[in-house]
Amino acid sequence: MELSFSPEESAFRDEVRQFIHDHLPHDVQKNMIEGREIGKQAIVDWQRKLNAKGWAVPHWPQAWGGKDWSPVMEYILLEELQAAPAPQPLPFNVSMVGPVIATFGSDAQKQKFLPATANIDIWWCQGFSEPGAGSDLAGLKTTARREGDFYIINGQKTWTTLAQYADWIFVLARTNPQAAKKQEGISFILVDMKTPGITVRPIQLIDGGHEVNEVWFDEVKVPAENLVGEENKGWDYAKFLLGNERTGIARVGASKQRLRRVRELAALERAGDGALIEAPWFREKLAEVDVDLKALEITQLRILSDARKSGKHGVPDPRSSILKIKGSEIQQATTELLMEVVGPLAMPFQGSGEPEDASNEMAIGPEDAAYAAPTYFNWRKISIYGGSNEIQRNIIAKAILGF
Amino acid sequence: MDFDYTDEQRLLADSVAKLFANRYGDFEKRKHYATLPGGFDRAVWAEYAEAGLLALPFGEDHGGFGGGPVETMIVMEQIGRALALEPYMANTIFAGAILRHSANHALRDMMAPKLAAGEAIIAVAHTERHSRYDLHDVTTAARRDGDDFVLEGDKTVVIGGDSADYLIVSARIEGGRRDRHGIGLFLVDANAPGVSRRGYKMQDLTPGAEISLASVRVPANHDLGGLPLLERAADEAIAAICAEAVGAMESLIAMTVDYMKTRKQFGVPIAVFQALQHRAVDMTVAAEQARSMAVYAALSAASDNAKERSEAIAMAKTAVSKAARFVGQQAIQLHGGIGVTMEYKAGHYFKRLTMLTMQFGDADHFLRRLAA
Ligand SMILES: Cc1cc2nc3c(=O)[nH]c(=O)nc-3n(C[C@H](O)[C@H](O)[C@H](O)COP(=O)(O)OP(=O)(O)OC[C@H]3O[C@@H](n4cnc5c(N)ncnc54)[C@H](O)[C@@H]3O)c2cc1C
Repeated sequence: MELSFSPEESAFRDEVRQFIHDHLPHDVQKNMIEGREIGKQAIVDWQRKLNAKGWAVPHWPQAWGGKDWSPVMEYILLEELQAAPAPQPLPFNVSMVGPVIATFGSDAQKQKFLPATANIDIWWCQGFSEPGAGSDLAGLKTTARREGDFYIINGQKTWTTLAQYADWIFVLARTNPQAAKKQEGISFILVDMKTPGITVRPIQLIDGGHEVNEVWFDEVKVPAENLVGEENKGWDYAKFLLGNERTGIARVGASKQRLRRVRELAALERAGDGALIEAPWFREKLAEVDVDLKALEITQLRILSDARKSGKHGVPDPRSSILKIKGSEIQQATTELLMEVVGPLAMPFQGSGEPEDASNEMAIGPEDAAYAAPTYFNWRKISIYGGSNEIQRNIIAKAILGF
Repeated sequence: MDFDYTDEQRLLADSVAKLFANRYGDFEKRKHYATLPGGFDRAVWAEYAEAGLLALPFGEDHGGFGGGPVETMIVMEQIGRALALEPYMANTIFAGAILRHSANHALRDMMAPKLAAGEAIIAVAHTERHSRYDLHDVTTAARRDGDDFVLEGDKTVVIGGDSADYLIVSARIEGGRRDRHGIGLFLVDANAPGVSRRGYKMQDLTPGAEISLASVRVPANHDLGGLPLLERAADEAIAAICAEAVGAMESLIAMTVDYMKTRKQFGVPIAVFQALQHRAVDMTVAAEQARSMAVYAALSAASDNAKERSEAIAMAKTAVSKAARFVGQQAIQLHGGIGVTMEYKAGHYFKRLTMLTMQFGDADHFLRRLAA
C-alpha cells in the first residue's frame, strides 16, 4: 500500500497546475470562486484550450483523442480543474454522448460528431428526463415514429440543462410502444436543435437562475441515420452512459476549493473579539467536514486503484453510488458552511439578472455574500439529479441485500 | 398546565387564517405584492389593522388589545403558513416590544398608539457589517451635542427597513465596541436629513434595507433605552419567529406529503417507498419538537427574569432552527426536481425557513449562548 502518487503522477499534477495557472483567464477563475455564472463562451474557450493540449477527452478511445491514461491520471486532471477552480469539460459532451457515440455509433457518426464534440463545436444537451419520467426514466413517453428515412419525434423533455446553449440534443424516445418491458423499445437518437418543431422553454430555478429548460417536440423530423446503434436498444446505451460518470462524481476537488474559500472568508468575518476562523467552535465544524472529505477522497482513490488493477477501466463500480451520496452531501455541507460564515449578510437577495429581480446591485460585505444563500439553495439539486441519493441507496441496498 | 387555546384565541386564529386565505391563497398574488413599493401591499397591511392585528400586543391605553405572546404566536404561525411579506414581526412585535417596555414613557406614549393604529411603521436597525448576531456589538456612534445626539454609522440587513417611517437605531454613547453598557436606542425619523437607505428584497422576498446615518440629529429625549431593552424585545421577536417557522414547517410538510401521495414513479405513488415514509416521519417529528419549543418560547417571552427568559429563547431558537433546516432540505429532496424551481411553492418555504434560522442568530449562535 502506498498513499502518495507515483513520481510520474505527481509530475503530471504539477503540469496540470502550471497549465491552469498559465492559461485560465483570471476573471473566469474569480467568478467561479465567488459563485457567479461564467456563461457559455468561457466554458467553450477553456475546453478548446484543454482540447488543444489533448486533455479534453483523455478517457475516449485513442483514435478519437483519448490518452489511454490510468484512472488515476484522469482523476488528477479533474480534481485539479475542480480545485483551481476551472470549468470542467462539458459533461454532456465528454462523459455522456461522446463515449456512447465512440462505443456504439456508426463510423459516419464518429467522423461527424466526435471531433466536434471534443472541441465543443457542438454543444450537447441531455434529453432524458420527462415530467412523468424522473427516477423512473424507463417510464418515458416521448415517441419516435419511423416514416421512411426519418423518425418523427413527439413529446416533452424537461430539466434539460443548458438547452438554451445547445446545438444538438441526445434523446431517449420510444420506438416500440408495444414492447413487453418498458425498457425495451427505447432508442437513442441525436437531434439538431434547429430542426423545426422544437421549442425550448426556460425553467427558473430556486436561486433565480436559468440553467434548465423544457424541450418540446412537435412532429420533429430527424434523419434515420441519427439513430445511435440499434433501434430499441437505447436503454442499454443510456445505462452505459449513466454508469460512465465514475471519475469526478465525488467532486472532491470542488469541495476542497469551497472549504478553502470558507477559510478565507472566515478570516475576514469577526466573531466576538477575534476572527471567526479563530473561534474553536467554528474550527471544529470545519474539521468535521475536513474529516468526511478526507475519507471520501481515499474511498475514491481506492475505487480508482481497484479499477486500474482489474483493468476494468470504464466498467462502472457499484461503489460509485457511495461517491455520489457522500460527494453530494459534503458539497452541500460546504455550501451551508459558506452561508453560515457570512451570516446575516447572506440574507439580502442580490438579484438574478431577471428584470423584476434587479433590486439590489451592490454586494453587501464580501462579494461571495451575494451568492452564499443562492448557492446553498441551488446545490440541493445535486442530491436530486444524476440518480437521486435515494436511488443510489437503493442500488447499494440491492448490492448488499441481494434483492 | 394548559396548552389549549381559549375561545377568543381560537377565534383569532380563525380570523387570521381567513385573512391570509383571501390575500395569499393565490400564490401568484404574493409575487405581485413583492413588486409594490416597499415590498408589500399596503391594502393587505390595512386589513391587518382592520382585523386588530397591529393593535394586538399593545395595552388598552395605547389603543391596543393587550394580547400576549400566545396571541403573537397565533398570528405568526399563520404568517408562516401564508409566507406573508408584511413587516409584522419587525414592526408590531420587535419595534412594538421596544416601545412597550421602554422607560421613556413620553416617547412610548407618543409612538405606541401610532403603531397600534397602523399610522406608522418602525424598523429596528441593529445589525452592522461586523456585528454578526451580537446585539451589543455596536460601532454606530451617538455623540452628545447640546440637547441632541448626533448619530454616525451604517446599519445592514434592516428587516422591514425599506418601508419604515421611523427607525430605532442602536448606537454607542460610550464604551468600547462590545461593551454591554453605553448603548442607546434612538428613535429616528427615517426621512430625517442624513439618513439614507437602500431597500432590497431578502432571499425570501421580504423587504430589507441598508441604512446609513451621516450626522443625523436626534433630540436627546429620543433615547428609548439601552441594551437590556433591546435584548428583551429581541427575545419576544425570536419567540415570534419560532412560531412563524413552525407554521411554515407544518405547511411545507403537508405539501410534501400531498405530493408524495400523488407523484407516481415506477407505477406507484412515491409515498409507497418506505425510505420516503420514514423521512416524512422524521420531518413530522422535527416539526412537533419545534412546535413544543415555540410554545415554550412564547410562554417564556414575557418573563421579567432576563436570565431565564434568554435561556428559554436560546433553547427554542436552537431547536427550531435545526428543525427548520432539516424539514426544508428534506421537503426539497422529496419533491425531486420540482422542489428546486422558482415557480413551485415548496422552494419558497425552504427559503423563508432558511432566513428564519438566521434572523437574530443561527443554531450555532444560540448553542454557544447556552453553553457559555
Ligand atoms: C438542476 C437539475 C438539472 C437536471 N439536468 C438534467 C438534464 O440535463 N437532462 C435530463 O435528462 N435530466 C436532468 N435532470 C433531471 C434529473 O435527473 C431528475 O430530476 C431526477 O432523475 C429525479 O427525477 P424527478 O425530479 O422527477 O423526481 P422523482 O423521481 O419524482 O423523485 C421524487 C422523490 O422520490 C424519490 N424516489 C423516487 N423513486 C424512488 C424509489 N424507488 N425509492 C426511494 N425513493 C424514490 C426521489 O429520490 C425523490 O426524493 C436535472 C434535474 C435537476 C434538478
